[in-house]
Amino acid sequence: MSEATFEEISASDFFYRNRDIAGFSNPSRAIFAAIRELVENSLDAAESIMVPPDIYVRLSFEKNVSKETQIYRLRVEDNGTGIPPRHIPLAFGQVLYGSKYKLKQQRGTFGLGGKMAILYGQITAHEPATIISSTGSTHIFMFKIMIDIQRNRPIIMDRKVLLNKSGWRGTIVEFALEGDYFRAMPKIIEYFKQTAIVNPYANLTFVDPRGRLYRFTRATTVMPEPPKETLPHPYGVDVELLQRLIQITPHENMLDFLRNHFHRVGRKTAEKFLEFSGIDASKNPKKLSHEEVVRLAQKLKEFKEFIPPDASCLSPLGEELLRTGILKELKPEFVAVHQRKPATYSGHPFIVEAAIAYGGEIPAKGQFLLYRFANRIPLLYDEASDVATKVINSMNWRRYKVTPDMPIAIVVHICSTKVPYKTVGKEFIADRPEVRREIANALREVARQLQRFLSKKEHVNREKKRMGVFSRYLPKIAQFSTKLAGKEKPPDIEKLLRSVSRLELE
Amino acid sequence: MNSNSAGSVVERRKVVLERLRRLGEEIYEQLDKGIFPSIEMPSRSIENIYYDTKLRQYVLGDKRVRRSVRNIRHLRSFTQLIWAALFSYELTSQRKTSTLRDVYYSAQAYEMSFKDQQESNNIITDLETVLGFSREDFNIFPEERSAVFGDLTIRYTVPGYEGKTLNLTSHPDGVMIGPALTSAEFVETSADKVIAIEKGGLFTRFIEENVHKRFNAILVLTAGQAPRATRHFIRRLNRELKLPVYIFTDGDPWGMHIAMVIISGSANAAHLRDLTTPDAKWSGVWATDIVNYKLPTDPLDEIDIKRLYELQRDPRYQNDPLWQREINTFLKIRRKAEQEAFSRYGLTYIVDEYLPAKLEQTK
Repeated sequence: MSEATFEEISASDFFYRNRDIAGFSNPSRAIFAAIRELVENSLDAAESIMVPPDIYVRLSFEKNVSKETQIYRLRVEDNGTGIPPRHIPLAFGQVLYGSKYKLKQQRGTFGLGGKMAILYGQITAHEPATIISSTGSTHIFMFKIMIDIQRNRPIIMDRKVLLNKSGWRGTIVEFALEGDYFRAMPKIIEYFKQTAIVNPYANLTFVDPRGRLYRFTRATTVMPEPPKETLPHPYGVDVELLQRLIQITPHENMLDFLRNHFHRVGRKTAEKFLEFSGIDASKNPKKLSHEEVVRLAQKLKEFKEFIPPDASCLSPLGEELLRTGILKELKPEFVAVHQRKPATYSGHPFIVEAAIAYGGEIPAKGQFLLYRFANRIPLLYDEASDVATKVINSMNWRRYKVTPDMPIAIVVHICSTKVPYKTVGKEFIADRPEVRREIANALREVARQLQRFLSKKEHVNREKKRMGVFSRYLPKIAQFSTKLAGKEKPPDIEKLLRSVSRLELE
Repeated sequence: MNSNSAGSVVERRKVVLERLRRLGEEIYEQLDKGIFPSIEMPSRSIENIYYDTKLRQYVLGDKRVRRSVRNIRHLRSFTQLIWAALFSYELTSQRKTSTLRDVYYSAQAYEMSFKDQQESNNIITDLETVLGFSREDFNIFPEERSAVFGDLTIRYTVPGYEGKTLNLTSHPDGVMIGPALTSAEFVETSADKVIAIEKGGLFTRFIEENVHKRFNAILVLTAGQAPRATRHFIRRLNRELKLPVYIFTDGDPWGMHIAMVIISGSANAAHLRDLTTPDAKWSGVWATDIVNYKLPTDPLDEIDIKRLYELQRDPRYQNDPLWQREINTFLKIRRKAEQEAFSRYGLTYIVDEYLPAKLEQTK
């Protein structure tokens, strides 16, 4: 009998072996994913200090690898918060290092986006990545790092400290990676455009390998309220999270444990719950057996009297900003936006925002254009599987006098502390009944507004046409009857024409 | 409207012109007062067409329609109607004539294009209904032409010919019943009857065979279904000259109905008077003639049969047992014969034998 060998693999190694999970499955997808992850980090970095983001992305050609793939150099600059020098190597050189394990709405959820991009660059281009950052202090720090994949550790190849005379604040990430830009191009351009819709307060600049400049200029400097961090809601916790909380808690009885680690649980609710679950209020959480923890997790889900989570941990775009973004990028004739009240699924709060845009530069394609967003990032793949598509397809649009051949774009934005993605690829939203209902209600509201607009427009057109008919024929009737009656002076028809336009106002 | 049987042609024109001018005045005054002008006229819809047994023609009932400028759907046709009135006024006062086709094109000069000929024809019919005069009275004539031949002297009233007289035997092909003849006045005649003939070939044969002299008749070619001008002309011969009228058509439902329209008019002209000659007689070719004269025949086809059943129910065919008898005979023998069928007995048989017999029979 041979001895089985067990090998422990690091997080870096795990993602290296399963890189398609993070969206790096092929050269075209990889280049898109790298840009996307870094841009989203940059947006978060600027928003966290309430500064309208200025993001500059440059992708330049380095050399050919094969017929389909090339090595490119990607550079992303932002005006965000900057990273303190002691965190830089770990922030970019260690997978699963980061601040994304607290509960508030954020763009990424794995804490590996940017690092994954650098990791992918390293294994395809074999070059260190350059990170330059300053928090606006007196110095700028520059690191060249590589990742030790097996040990999940950064290797610092070079480190420089420069004087920050101009008071610059922000981060620059630059590294080489293999990719297929020309196949990825349409998605990348679309990504920037849609990012501009849902971040109308950001300046986005992209210089592509052909030297073409794409610039998306902000239309406002107003930014949405930043999300607040919250404790986990009892409906949304699992055994794993419970055990982690038990490990770190300073509280020595269950009552205090519940009151201090869970969202919207006060003394009364905690007491009621303990009675419901039959757990002794004075029990030390650290003394709970594994079976008791499993039972606790189950009881937390069963108890009906927890107050629903509040939405302060969410940062929706808001109706005004959504309208601004749509007007600026889609240039429609009309747009209706609606934000739903916060709702929850499985203890996770979420808010749905929807908009419907009509006419102007929106093309009529025989079906509605759909723009999907989650936590202010565009979702560009697997549209057909998304719950929003299902809602749109099952809606009775004729009720709203809307047909698919009209030039219409629909925007659906869902924000949540935990967006219910269907897959790890984070490309489409799962069909949860709570989410479906919110999207449907939001779309109904904007559809009603569109219907009002359309019928008003039709009315105005009809009246214009009507007035046109009168002003075309009345003078002729006057002319002919004057001649026929043998009169010299034509009758005064101004009065009649005026009364025609008065009829319209009624 | 029955008062439109104005005496002389000249009188009649004066009345028409006055009606047109008054129409213009009414609309002018309504406009000037700031009222949306409207015109009321009898409805020409099927439900409002009745057969008047006393007048022996179709008439319009009491239902009236109002065309108002306030209604956007009426605006275009209203404007067209006023234009047509003005156009007719100018034609009539300048004593010029025009065809329905001319009307269609003339409108374009006023940026008043009609969609098609049908639309412009409808407007002229509206104008007839409003005024109670037929379009010939305001100098708009159809394209169809028919002819007359016989000892009748007329006096023209058309410009350039005013006062000139003409005897209608002066041209061996007959004289066209056009605007000039329609507006002419009758001076004198030696004839004592009118013979109306459906087809040109027979009309020519009758002239060649001196039917006008031998039977002392004025011959009228209807050239198929008689145009309104011709129907009005026949009526005038009947009324003004007190001449009995005999009609010869093909022996089929269509020929029979040509005779009926001359006698009792059409539903399409229910809004008009003075187009019928109720005392005129249909002298042949009857279905019973086909049997009695053993004429060469063709079988009735499906559409002929269908037409016969329609005519059987038609109120115009109800009063005289002759019509019902002939319809039933057609349905029984299921054959039809043309007027030319008599040629099997020689070219002059129809004049020598058939015509005198039928004139006597239908006297």
